[in-house]
Amino acid sequence: MKKLRTRKHSVVLNRSVGGDTVITVVLCIFGIFMFSPTYYLIITAFKPIGEMFLTPPNFYVIRPTMQNFIDLFASMTSTWVPLSRYIFNTIYISLGATVGCLIIGSMAAYAISKVRFPGYNVVFQLIVYSLMISSTVTGIAHFLVFVALKWLNTYTISIVPMWASTLGLYLMKNFIDSNVPDSMIEAARIEGCSEFRIYLTIVMPLVKPAWLTLMITVFQNVWNVGASSYVYSENLKTFDNAINSIISASGTQGAGSAAAVIMMSVPIIVFIITQSQIVETMGSSGMKD
Amino acid sequence: MSDNAAVKQLDEDVVEETPVEETEENTGNGSSGKGISRWEYTKREMKQKWAGYVMVGPFLLMFTVFTILPVFVSFLLSFTNFNMLELPEFAMFDNYIRLFLEDDLFLTAFQNTMIFAITTGPLSYILSFLLAWFINELAPKIRSLVTFIFYGPSISGSAYLVWKLIFQGDIYGLANGLLMKMGLITKPIVFFQDTTYIVPLCIIVAIWTSLGTAFLSFIAGLQGVDKSLYEAGAVDGVRNRWQELWYITLPSMKSILMFGAVLAITGAFGFGGVVNNLCGNPSTDYVAWTLQHHMADYLNARYEVGYASCISIVLFFLMFGSNLLIKNALGKVGR
Repeated sequence: MKKLRTRKHSVVLNRSVGGDTVITVVLCIFGIFMFSPTYYLIITAFKPIGEMFLTPPNFYVIRPTMQNFIDLFASMTSTWVPLSRYIFNTIYISLGATVGCLIIGSMAAYAISKVRFPGYNVVFQLIVYSLMISSTVTGIAHFLVFVALKWLNTYTISIVPMWASTLGLYLMKNFIDSNVPDSMIEAARIEGCSEFRIYLTIVMPLVKPAWLTLMITVFQNVWNVGASSYVYSENLKTFDNAINSIISASGTQGAGSAAAVIMMSVPIIVFIITQSQIVETMGSSGMKD
Repeated sequence: MSDNAAVKQLDEDVVEETPVEETEENTGNGSSGKGISRWEYTKREMKQKWAGYVMVGPFLLMFTVFTILPVFVSFLLSFTNFNMLELPEFAMFDNYIRLFLEDDLFLTAFQNTMIFAITTGPLSYILSFLLAWFINELAPKIRSLVTFIFYGPSISGSAYLVWKLIFQGDIYGLANGLLMKMGLITKPIVFFQDTTYIVPLCIIVAIWTSLGTAFLSFIAGLQGVDKSLYEAGAVDGVRNRWQELWYITLPSMKSILMFGAVLAITGAFGFGGVVNNLCGNPSTDYVAWTLQHHMADYLNARYEVGYASCISIVLFFLMFGSNLLIKNALGKVGR
C-alpha cells in the first residue's frame, strides 16, 4: 500500500517531498527574476538625487524621498492639455471598450456555446483562426477602413475596434462550455425561459470569473496602449501618452521611474482587486449533476 | 450524464466534433419520422434558434469589419503598388519577387523574427504553463501573491523600461556598476547599442513580460480541472505528479493549452515594440530588425502600402503555419 502524504491534515495524492522541494526552489528563482526589476524600479523612484549616481547603485534606499513624484507632478501641470483631460480620456475609452466588449463578446459566446444555431461551428472556427493573426497583419487595412468610415481622430477609433476582441470571446466561450452544464440551460428552456433571459440571469452570473478576466485584459490594453495611433489631436489622447512624453522630456532617472511606477500601479491595483474575486468565484460554479 | 461530462472534459477535441454528429443524428430521426429533408430541418432549426443569430450578430459585424476584411484587403493590396494617394495599380507578383530576391534587409528581418519567435515563443509558453502548474497547489493566499508577482510585469505596460535602468550604458547603470566592481570590465558597456548584447537582452526582456493572458488562463484552467479525476487516477495507478500531469491535467485542459499556444505564437511573431523602446529604431546594424519593423518602415516612412501588405502577408503565413503545426502537436498530448 502506498503511503499517503498529508498537507494540513488532508490527504495529498501523488506528491513526493523531493518534488515539492524542487518546485519551491524553481518558483523562488523565477520569483526573484520576475520581481527584482520591478523592485528596482520602485526603489529608484524613491531615491534622492544623491543616491542616483552611485557606482554600483544600491539595491535599497537610504533616505527615501517623494521628490521624484513632486517633480513629476510639477511637470504634469505644465502640459499643454490639462492632465485631467488625459485621465478622463483613458477612463472614457477603457469604459467604452470594456462595456462594449463584455456585452458583445459574452452574448456571442453564449450563442455559440449554448444556443448552437446552425452554422455556429463555422463562426467559432473563424474566430479561432483569427486569433492566430496579430494586429500587425490587420493594421494596414485598418487604416483604410478608418478612412472609409471617417473615424480618423475621434474617440470612436479607440473604442469600437476593441469590441471585436476575439480573445475575450474565446475565453468566455471556453468558460461557458466548461462551467455551465447543458442540463441547466435545458431546464430553463423547458420552463419557457427565453434565450436572452437565460443569458442574463443564468449564464452571466455563473461565468463571473470569465468576464472579470475579460475586463482585466481589455482595461489593461487600453491603459497601456492608449488611444489608437490614428488619433492626432492632443485632446483625445490618453494618460499613458502624457506620461510617456513626460518621461522622454524629463530624461532623468528619478522622474521617469516615478512615472513608470504610477503607470504600473493602476493596472496592478485593478488586478489585485479582481483577482481575489476570480479565485473566490472559480470554486462556486454550482449545480453539479 | 456524469459519465458524458467526464468524457467531454477528458477530451476537449470531442466538443468540436460532437455537435456535428448530433445534428446528423437529429436529422436522421427527423427524416425517418416526419420525412423532412436535412435542409428543411436546418431551416426549421434556424427559425427556432433565431435568438442565436441576434446574439452573435453584433460581434460578427465587428469581426468582419476589423478582422476578415482587413486580411482580404491586405492580401489584395500585396499584389499592387499603392501609395495611398493614387489608386492601387496592379503589379502581379512584383512585390513578392522584390521581397525575396532583391531586399537584403528583408532577409535580415526574416531571420531575426525567426530567432525571436523560436526562442521567446516556446520559452514563454512552457514557462507560463510550468509556473501556473507549480503555483496551482499553493495555499490560495500565497497563490494570489505569487500570481501577482509573475503577472505583474506583463500587466504594467511600460514597466519593462526598467531594464533600461539596469543595463544603462554609463557607469551608473546597475549591471555596469556591479560588473566593474567585480573587476570583470574596466569601462562601461553600452548594452543596448552593442550588437553582441542586443538580441539576448531583448529576449530576456520579452520573456520577462510574457507571462500574460496565457499564464492567467492556465491558472484558471488548472483550477477548473475536475478534482475527482485525480482521485480516480490515483486509484488507477498514476504514481507521481508527472504522470498525473501527462495523463490527467494536460488532456483535461487541452483547449486552454491551445489558446495559450496561439497567444504565444502571435506574440512571438509580432515582437518589435520592445526593441523600439530599448534599443531605438533602427537598432545598431539592424541586429534586432524584425518583420514588424520592416513593415512599419515601408508603411509609415515610405508609403509603399502594397509592399508593406506583402510583408504582412508573409507574417500572416508564418503565424498561421506555426499555429497549425502546434495544433497538430497538441493533439498528441496525453496519448
